[in-house]
Amino acid sequence: MDPISAVEAKYLKDKIPEFGSGDTLRVHTKIIEGDKERVQIFEGVVIQRKGKGTGETFTLRKVSSGVEVERIFPLYSPNITKINRVRQGKVRRAKLFYLRGLKGKSARIQEKRKEEKESPES
Amino acid sequence: MEGIIGKKIGMTRIFNQKGQVIPVTVIEAGPCPVVQVKTQDKDGYDAVQLGFEEKRKNLFNSPLQGHFDKAKVEPRRILREMKTDQVGKFKVRGELKVDLFSIGEKVNVTGISKGLGFQGGVRRHKFHGGPKTHGQSDRLRAPGSIGSSSFPSRVFKGQRMAGRMGGEKVTIGNLEVVGVDLEKNLLLLKGAVPGKRNSYLTIKKCLA
Repeated sequence: MDPISAVEAKYLKDKIPEFGSGDTLRVHTKIIEGDKERVQIFEGVVIQRKGKGTGETFTLRKVSSGVEVERIFPLYSPNITKINRVRQGKVRRAKLFYLRGLKGKSARIQEKRKEEKESPES
Repeated sequence: MEGIIGKKIGMTRIFNQKGQVIPVTVIEAGPCPVVQVKTQDKDGYDAVQLGFEEKRKNLFNSPLQGHFDKAKVEPRRILREMKTDQVGKFKVRGELKVDLFSIGEKVNVTGISKGLGFQGGVRRHKFHGGPKTHGQSDRLRAPGSIGSSSFPSRVFKGQRMAGRMGGEKVTIGNLEVVGVDLEKNLLLLKGAVPGKRNSYLTIKKCLA
């Protein structure tokens, strides 16, 4: 193993659920306020996943009471306690920055159905 | 001053206990055998000569082969001297390893910076360049005036201009040690260090 991966290996978690662009995630993060610790949940659509090793990050986007919010999470951050995939989206590109200009109906993402996943063989 | 020779491996990021991201440089440091101990009486100054990274013996010329034979040390690619006032602490063939450093300590790192070739004044000396608009042409990255006219009728020495940049010896101070791996001889420092990957570095403890 090269020295860089050897250093990173200690920080990589093996329990990362499979997800990609277009999926809706619920991310539980630890927040420390003074001496109290609580869990905050952020739910949004994955519009980008990039980087590798300990530097891998993903961006979640949501519209919260009319305000567009985007948050970037380091995938292997120890402050992320849980990642839930709420919905699997059907999208045709890896980066969904086109969502930024869209509102309402056009900003929706189709859900990926299981039947569509299996391609007919012949 | 205590120090060690190392090789830059590359950069990555790790998390600290608070979950914050820390940018780190991974350095393969040591083990460095002492090849020669120089003393005030014999050499006129007190220093320790350290070696780093083995290299086949027949690649050295005979004076250097003899130098390694005398110390009974496997020939080393890199030889560096560290000044020290405690020569008595060191013995020829004694090894210095990364455990010299502990987490939280501050170090200075010396290396050869990346050679950037011929660069203009804006990049090399942080000149501001000229205005883009208001009837200007060809002034955007120009250096401006380089001196007065009839007196002194010459350009002063040391006037900053475009030229070769990088490829010089640079020392970066006060880098924090965030990790030490004695088994793999790895040293993790917070922040960047001079030079390209696989370039050689001298890492010294900061004066307390």
